[in-house]
Amino acid sequence: MGRFRVKKQDTFIDMTPMSDVMVLLLTFFMLTATFTKEEPVKVNVPGSVSEIKIPENNLLTIFVSPEGKIFMTMDSPVGQEKMAQELIDNNKLSLTAQQLKEFAQVPTFGTPLNTIGSWVDMEPAKRNELLTKDSGAGIPCDSLNDELKEWVIAARNANGENMGIAIKADKNTPYSSIKEVMNSLRSIDESRYNLITTLKAGE
Amino acid sequence: MAQIDTGGGDQGKSKQKKMNARVDFTPMVDMIMLLVTFFMLCTTLLKPQTMEIVMPSDKEDIKKENKSQVQTDEAITIIIDKDNKIYYFEGKPSEATLQETSYGKDGIRAVLLNKNKQAKAEVDKLKKEFEGKYSANAEKDKKNKAEFKERLSKIKNADGTPTAIIKPTDASTYKNLIDILDEMANCYIGKYVIDKVNEQDKAMVAGLAK
Repeated sequence: MGRFRVKKQDTFIDMTPMSDVMVLLLTFFMLTATFTKEEPVKVNVPGSVSEIKIPENNLLTIFVSPEGKIFMTMDSPVGQEKMAQELIDNNKLSLTAQQLKEFAQVPTFGTPLNTIGSWVDMEPAKRNELLTKDSGAGIPCDSLNDELKEWVIAARNANGENMGIAIKADKNTPYSSIKEVMNSLRSIDESRYNLITTLKAGE
Repeated sequence: MAQIDTGGGDQGKSKQKKMNARVDFTPMVDMIMLLVTFFMLCTTLLKPQTMEIVMPSDKEDIKKENKSQVQTDEAITIIIDKDNKIYYFEGKPSEATLQETSYGKDGIRAVLLNKNKQAKAEVDKLKKEFEGKYSANAEKDKKNKAEFKERLSKIKNADGTPTAIIKPTDASTYKNLIDILDEMANCYIGKYVIDKVNEQDKAMVAGLAK
C-alpha cells in the first residue's frame, strides 16, 4: 500500500467574478456621478415635501449663508465665462483674458465686482478662505449697491431664456437677507425661481 | 553513447511545458475597489428637491390684482415672527383678531385645512379615483399623472378657495418660510403671495404679546 498523502490545497482564488461585479459597480457610479461643487459655506437646506427636482443644466444658483453673505455659481464653466464676458462688455467688470479663463473654472464666487480680478489672482486654496472669513466678501445686494442684479441680468442675457435660477439658503438664514435677494430679483422681473430644499419625511 | 541527454524522459519526446493560463486578478480588483470608493464618496446620488415659486413682479396690473384679493373674505394672513412663532388672521386686518398658532399638524395645518374644507374634500375624492388607476404601462402611468396634476391644480385654484398672504418678518428664518410654503402644498392652497409686513401687522403682533 502507498503512503498516505495530504492533498496539496490550491490557494489560488479565482478573482474573475469579483472583478466582474466591481467593474459593473464602477460603471454604475461613473455614469450616475454628479460631482458636488465646492461650496465656500456649509449650507444646511431645510426639508420640504416638494418633490420637484432641480433642472439638470443651465442653472444659476444663489447661495445665502447664515450670515447673509451672498455667493453665486453657474453650473457650467462655459456659462460662467459667458456671464463674465457679458459684464466685461458692459464695462461693469474688468478682467484680463487670463483672469477670465481662470474665473470660468472657479466653483463659487462672491466678491464685490471691483475685487473679482484680484480675487481670481489668488491661489485656489486661499480663495475660499477669503470668501468665508473676510467680512467684505459676498455679492453686495442692497438698495444702494445692488450687484446681484447686475450678475443676474448678465447671466440671463448670456445664457438665454431657459436658464433657471435657484436660491439655496441655510435653515437659519434670516428672512431679511432672503428678502433682499427676492427684491432684487423682483426688480429685474425675474419672478420664477426655485428654492432648494431636501426631502423631508411626511408627517 | 553519442546521444545527447536531453534530461527528459527516456522516450526522447520533447514535452512542452504546460503554461498556466490563469491570470492573477487581485491587483486589478484592488485598483477597481479604489476607484469605486472614490466615486461613491464623490457623488451625490440624491438630487436636491426644489420648490418652484412665482413671485408677483413690480408691474402695475398685477399689483392691483393682489390688492383686490386682499379685500375678499377668503383671505387668510399668516405672519411669521421670530423664535418660530406664527400668527394668523382671517379676512380684513381691521376687523379680524390675531391668533397665535404653531407649526405642524395641529397648528397652522389644522387652521388652513379648516379654511379650505371644500378643496380638501375634492382632493380626497380625486385621490381615491386615481388610487386604483396605477398602471404598469409607463406611458399610461405618465398620462394618468398628468391628468391628476391638472385636475389638482384646477381644484386648488377654483373660486372660493382661500388666498393666503404670507408675511415673514425680518427676524424669521428661511426654514420658517419653507415650512409655511410646505403647508400651502399640504393644504392644497393654490393662491398665495409673499408680502411685506406693514406697521399695522406689527402693531397687531405687539398688541397680542401684551
